[in-house]
Amino acid sequence: MYDLILFLFLLLLGYVFGQRAEKRHFRSIIEREAQLGDILVFSERKIPDEAACEGILVAGSVVVSVDYFKRFVADLRNFFGGRVSAYESLLERARREAVLRMKEAARRKGADSVWNLRLETASIYKGAAGSVGAVEVIAYGTAVRQRR
Amino acid sequence: MIVTNIETVPGKTIVKHLGLVNGNTVRSKHAGRDIMAGLKNIFGGELKGYTELLTESREEALQRMLDQARAIGANAVVNVRFSTSSVAAGAAELFAYGTAVVVE
Repeated sequence: MYDLILFLFLLLLGYVFGQRAEKRHFRSIIEREAQLGDILVFSERKIPDEAACEGILVAGSVVVSVDYFKRFVADLRNFFGGRVSAYESLLERARREAVLRMKEAARRKGADSVWNLRLETASIYKGAAGSVGAVEVIAYGTAVRQRR
Repeated sequence: MIVTNIETVPGKTIVKHLGLVNGNTVRSKHAGRDIMAGLKNIFGGELKGYTELLTESREEALQRMLDQARAIGANAVVNVRFSTSSVAAGAAELFAYGTAVVVE
């Protein structure tokens, strides 16, 4: 009985705080994406006028955890099959955040574009109690600025 | 030392290829961070301690790769890639590799 109460309590906590944290995170992502909108990101390897610029490696990383409620929903979904939207939004958040941090690093270097963007998903958390739990994303690319 | 993840160094010409260089780190989370992460697993959100750990190990792997490149007389590394693999539960490897070159 107590177990059930604890479970429902954790579910409620996860729902309330998780939703709030996610909304806040998305708001901040959208805001910063607008601020850094002038730094263009390409997944292309070839820079058009390569001779006139200089490049340097920049990277950004983030680790985001899913909340208790979403994990429960995802487990249910695992049983029935289909789209696990709980994890989709987690991955989207993590990727966009990592790209933003990479752009911030590019801005600090005075670059105006980033080329050959790569996203790598790491997994330090995997294996802990067998659940996804948290996702780690590294975004990296070559920041380029025009030579002055 | 110039590092890029494209085949060339923008604005410079590669005069000599010296071959593959790499660097790695294996990291694991410590107990204090684990407890905080356990809490965060209920509430959701960014695990700041782990983000720091990930950033540190990325720099470390990159640094080891650069040391190796310096040792063989390169002044740039191109085509850098990061790769990760999990060795055991709670520990993960971060691996950086690229081609050491001499430019101009």
